[in-house]
Amino acid sequence: MAEVTAKQVLFEPIFNNNPIALQILGICSALAVTSSLNVTLVMCASVIAVTAFSSMFVSVVRSQIPNSIRIIVQMTIIASLVIVVDQILKAFAYEISKQLSVFVGLIITNCIVMGRAEGFAMQNGPVLSFLDGVGNGLGYSIMLIVIAFFRELLGSGSLFGITLMPVVNDGGWYQPNGLMLLPPSAFFIIGLSIWGLRAWKGDQVEEADYKMSRHKTREAF
Amino acid sequence: MEHYISLILKAVFVENMALAFFLGMCTFLAISKKIEAAIGLGIAVVVVLTVTVPVNNLIYNGLLREGALAWAGLPEVDLSFLGLLTYIGVIAAIVQIMEMVLDKYIPALYAALGVFLPLITVNCAIMGASLFMVERDYTFGESLVYGFGAGLGWALAIVALAGIREKLKYSDVPEGLRGLGITFITVGLMSLGFMSFSGISL
Repeated sequence: MAEVTAKQVLFEPIFNNNPIALQILGICSALAVTSSLNVTLVMCASVIAVTAFSSMFVSVVRSQIPNSIRIIVQMTIIASLVIVVDQILKAFAYEISKQLSVFVGLIITNCIVMGRAEGFAMQNGPVLSFLDGVGNGLGYSIMLIVIAFFRELLGSGSLFGITLMPVVNDGGWYQPNGLMLLPPSAFFIIGLSIWGLRAWKGDQVEEADYKMSRHKTREAF
Repeated sequence: MEHYISLILKAVFVENMALAFFLGMCTFLAISKKIEAAIGLGIAVVVVLTVTVPVNNLIYNGLLREGALAWAGLPEVDLSFLGLLTYIGVIAAIVQIMEMVLDKYIPALYAALGVFLPLITVNCAIMGASLFMVERDYTFGESLVYGFGAGLGWALAIVALAGIREKLKYSDVPEGLRGLGITFITVGLMSLGFMSFSGISL
């Protein structure tokens, strides 16, 4: 691969190499926190911050880390950052941090953070790694915001808690689609948006499976 | 006794780690192409969860929680903010220890689990179960049962998904939906099915 530019590193993960749609990373939290946009935005901001700073710190100490214990070192860095985020949320946005419940803690095991630390930050300088973290965080956020947009709009007829389509129960006209508030809808929306993304970017289509395609490295984690 | 059975049922079906809370999704989707691999991973997750949740429970109740250090003469100390760091450390350490123990004493099982053991450290289901245990304030006995149940539920879900995907690869899926896309929709339908368990309790 040719020399990577900062711009590439920042924008590549948003559509061309989306962490959720293509790298299968960080799906766990993508599904559980997307029933309302407010909560989703807070989650996205936390993930971007943690990914960016953990990549940067891992990259700073990368030549000092002995190879055999690198996972645990990365884990420690990530966990410390998540604790900071968790404490900040508890202090300034207590309501939302209650709604996010365990999912803030689960940023530690969010594969995007680990995946980028291991896959990119270990080989690249701090500034590039920081941008790579921001880029992947943004790719993750875009996917999450799309899902949350549809789930909140169709499920409760509102965006950011502001009613756009008055629901029948309050004397309006919109019959809310209760399925959208339930967890399975997130799967359908992700599945369909992957379809949309791949229809747009044809090169992301996977090969047919019945001749058992080769194992691809990016599927790990 | 009845309480524990009800807790297991709840952890396996009603609050299924994979299909109701979406935990451990990354591995869930990546390692579910073949049934054998899914079974191996499932067993590993059951074992690790049954060990880590009770251990984290002991650490939380004995060291971290507010007032837990009273025996050391420090009744006001509240270390619960260190929780996240501790749990992940414990999980990583236990996975490592288990790898060594299995390698030494049960090489057959070690060979069967192989690459899946290290992967488990970053499986959110493990971490998630520990965090739920803290949030719901389980006792030691409950946490043991809950860990086992949560693992069993996850294993059940991944084996079922692997079974579906083995058949699914012969079907004619629209181009853009192939692979990951159709898997998501399958999991969505499974999760819809598991929702029919909600509200069941003994």
